Amino acid sequence: MRSVTKAYRPISWPTLGAGGDTGSWRVHRPVVNHELCTKCQFCWVYCPEAVIDRKKITIDYRYCKGCGVCAVECPTGAIAMEKEE
Amino acid sequence: MATSIKKLPEIEQVLSGNGACGGCPATMALRMVGKALGPNAIMLLTPACSVASMGMTPKLGYNWPCINITFASAGSSASGISHALEIMQEKGRIEGELPTVFSWVGDGGTYDIGFQALSAAAERNENIIHFCYNNEAYSNTGVQRSGATPRGTFTTTTPTGKRQPKKNMAHMMLEHNIPYVATATVAYPADLYDKVVKAKSIKGMKYIEILAPCYLGWQFDMPDTVQLSRMAVRSGAWLLWEAENGKISFSNPTAHFINGKKTPDQVNEYLMRQGRFSRLLQGPDAKERIAEIQGDVDREIAFMRERAKITI
Amino acid sequence: MKTAQVMMATGANAAALAVKSARVDVVPGYPITPQTSIMEAVAAMVENGELHARFIPVEGEHSVLAAAVAASAAGARVFTATSANGLLYMHEVLHMASGGRLPVVLCNVNRGIFAPWTLWADHQDSFSQRDTGWIQYHCSSNQEVFNTILQAFRVAEQINIPIMVNFDGFAISHCLMPLTVPAQEDIDRFLPPHQPEWRLDPNHPSSFSNVTMASEYAPFRQMLSDDIMAAIPLVKQAAQEYKDCTGMWDGDSIETYRLDDAEVVAFAVNSMAAELKLSVDILREQGIKAGLLRPRLYVPFPTEDIIQALPENAQVMVLDRNYNFGHPGGILAAELKSVLFGRRNDVIVKNRVMGIGGIDLTRRFMAEQILEMMDDKKGLL
Repeated sequence: MRSVTKAYRPISWPTLGAGGDTGSWRVHRPVVNHELCTKCQFCWVYCPEAVIDRKKITIDYRYCKGCGVCAVECPTGAIAMEKEE
Repeated sequence: MATSIKKLPEIEQVLSGNGACGGCPATMALRMVGKALGPNAIMLLTPACSVASMGMTPKLGYNWPCINITFASAGSSASGISHALEIMQEKGRIEGELPTVFSWVGDGGTYDIGFQALSAAAERNENIIHFCYNNEAYSNTGVQRSGATPRGTFTTTTPTGKRQPKKNMAHMMLEHNIPYVATATVAYPADLYDKVVKAKSIKGMKYIEILAPCYLGWQFDMPDTVQLSRMAVRSGAWLLWEAENGKISFSNPTAHFINGKKTPDQVNEYLMRQGRFSRLLQGPDAKERIAEIQGDVDREIAFMRERAKITI
Repeated sequence: MKTAQVMMATGANAAALAVKSARVDVVPGYPITPQTSIMEAVAAMVENGELHARFIPVEGEHSVLAAAVAASAAGARVFTATSANGLLYMHEVLHMASGGRLPVVLCNVNRGIFAPWTLWADHQDSFSQRDTGWIQYHCSSNQEVFNTILQAFRVAEQINIPIMVNFDGFAISHCLMPLTVPAQEDIDRFLPPHQPEWRLDPNHPSSFSNVTMASEYAPFRQMLSDDIMAAIPLVKQAAQEYKDCTGMWDGDSIETYRLDDAEVVAFAVNSMAAELKLSVDILREQGIKAGLLRPRLYVPFPTEDIIQALPENAQVMVLDRNYNFGHPGGILAAELKSVLFGRRNDVIVKNRVMGIGGIDLTRRFMAEQILEMMDDKKGLL
C-alpha cells in the first residue's frame, strides 16, 4: 500500500453488502404469502434496503435486516414476520 | 397526478447490505432520489447517519461517486463541484451531459452547522440540489437536539423536553428566492420522486427537505417508520408543499388542510406513538404542553396558508 | 525561451498573474487584508476573460477551502488565497485537503493573528499550520511568489499533496517590484495540464473518505507522512526545470547567500531574508564573515540540505518572526535545533524573535541584532 510515486487516497467502490451480510442482523423474517399478494409493490417501494424483487415479490434474505416495514405497509396482510431461529 | 408506484424506474442507487439501521428512513428516501436522479450524479455527504450507512473503506453502499466533506460545508463544496464540472466541460475536458450535483445532508448539516454555507450557496443560486433528510435530531451521535427538533421532544441534551419550536427551514430557503423548494416524506414516495425529477430539470439552487422518522431517535417500533411519516403529515405536523419560482403549491393531503376541505388529525395521537414525547405526556403539565405543540402545528399551517397567497 | 514580459507588479498581482499563467480552473475566494488584492485581481481577470476560470465568491474562508477541495476532487486545477485568521478558519479543511490528497495551491499572505487585531506581517499564521499535512513554501520576493506558485502546482499535482505558498503581507503583497512574466509557451512546457488519476466521475463511481478502521487509517497517515518527505526531490526538480524553461532561480529547498566561508549564518524566511542579504553585506564590510541560509521550504523541513550547507563551527542566528509559546524563542529555531541535534554538534544556534505585527526589519537593525547575538554568550538557548 506504500506510495511515494502514486499518491493513495481513501477511496471506496460500490459493493453489495458494504455493511456486511446484514441479513444476520434479522430478528424477525418477512415471509410472503403469495396467495394474498396482489403485487401492488408497496413492500418494494418502502423497503429501505432494496431487497425485494418488485416483480416476483421475493426477498433477498442475505441482506434483509428484518425491519418489518413491508409487513406493516402491505395492504392485504400478505407479509408475516416470523421469528428467526 | 403523482407517478404510480408501478411506473417508478427499476434503477437502485442504494445497494443492499449497507450499514444503515433496519427501517432507516434515510435509505428509504434515498432509493427514491436514486430513481429520480439516475446514475449521472455526484453525491456529497457531511457527517451524518448516511455516512455510517455507506460502509467502511474500501466498500461503498451507494452507486454514485460520493465525497465526504467537512460538516459545515455542504453548500460550498457542492458549489465547488458544480463550477468545476462546468468549467471542465467548457474547456473540453469532460463530455456529455453534466452530472447532477447533490448534497445528502441531515438536519444538523442543514439547519445548524451547515446553515451559513447553504444560505450562501442559495444566495448565489448555485446549480445544485440540497437534500435535507430531517430526522429532527442529531441521530448519528445518539440523538441530541437540533434546530429541527420540535418543541417538547426528549433528546439526550433536552432531558426534560425541548422548550423551543423548530425552525421552518424550507420556508427560509424559499425566502432566498431560489427556483425550487419542496418538502416530502417517506410515506409518500411517488410525491418525493416527482419532486426530485422536477428539481433535476431546473437550473439553479434546489432545496428538498424530507421528513425521516427515525425509530431509534423518536422511540417507536422499527416497522412503523412509514406509519409515523404518514401520521406526521395527516396531523399537519409535517406539511407537503413545493414552490417553483416562489409560487407555493401544496401536495395532498396537506392541500386539503390548507384549503379547509379536511381537518388534520389531532397532534396528540401522533405524539403518543413516540417515546420521545412520553415524558412530556406523563408530566403534570402534559395538557398545557400538548396544547403548546398543537399551537405550533396550527400556527405553521396558518402561516403557510397565508404565505402561499403571496405570489409577487 | 520566448520573450518574457517585464513589468512592475505588487506581490498580490504577481500571485494573480501566476494563477493566470497556471491556467487555473476554479478559484473560490473571500477577502481578508492583506490578501484581498489577489482575489480582486483574479475576479477581474475572470470577468474580463483574461483567465478562463470560475471565481466563486463564497461567504467565508471555511467555505473557500471546502469549495476548493471539492472542485479539486471533481478534477479541476484549484487556487485560493487567504491570510491570518482566514487561514485559521480553514484549519479543519486544511486537514481534509491533505488527508484527501487534493493538490490545491493556496497563497497565504502572512499576517499576525487576532487577538488583539493587527494587519501586518508575522509568521504565526503559517507556522501554526505546520501539522496540517500541507507542503509550505515561504517566498522572499514578488518574483519568487510568481515562480513558486507555478512550481507549487507542478509538485502538488505530481504527488497529490496541497501546497501553501506564503509571503509577507504589505512588504511583498503591496510593494511594487519588477516582475518578469515568462511567455505562456515556456510556462506550458513547465506545467502540463492537470490530469488527475482519480476524480469524482459518474462513469466510474467511487467514494472519497468513507469511515476507516485503524488498520486502514494508519497506513493512509503513514503514506501522507512519507509522501511529504518525498516532495523534497520533486521541489528541487521543479526549481531546476523552471530555471531551464524560464531562466529564473530562487533556490530550491533552501537559498544561500555568501554562505561558503561564513562563520556567522543568518537563518530566516520570507521578505526579512531578502533584507538579510543586505545585512550580511554590512557585516562583511565590517570584517565579519557572515552568510545567509533561507529555507524556502518549511514543510517538509529541508533537513539534509541545511545540514550539508552549514559551514563548520558556524554560529547560526535564527531570526524568528513568530513565537514558540512555552519556549523562550521562535518556532524556526526549535525546528532547526531539532534537526541539528546529534548530527551537527559543531554548530551553535542562537535565536531572537523580531518583527512581530509588522515591525519594520531594516538591514541595519538586523545587522545590529546579529552583532549583539554574537556577543551574547548564552544566546537564547
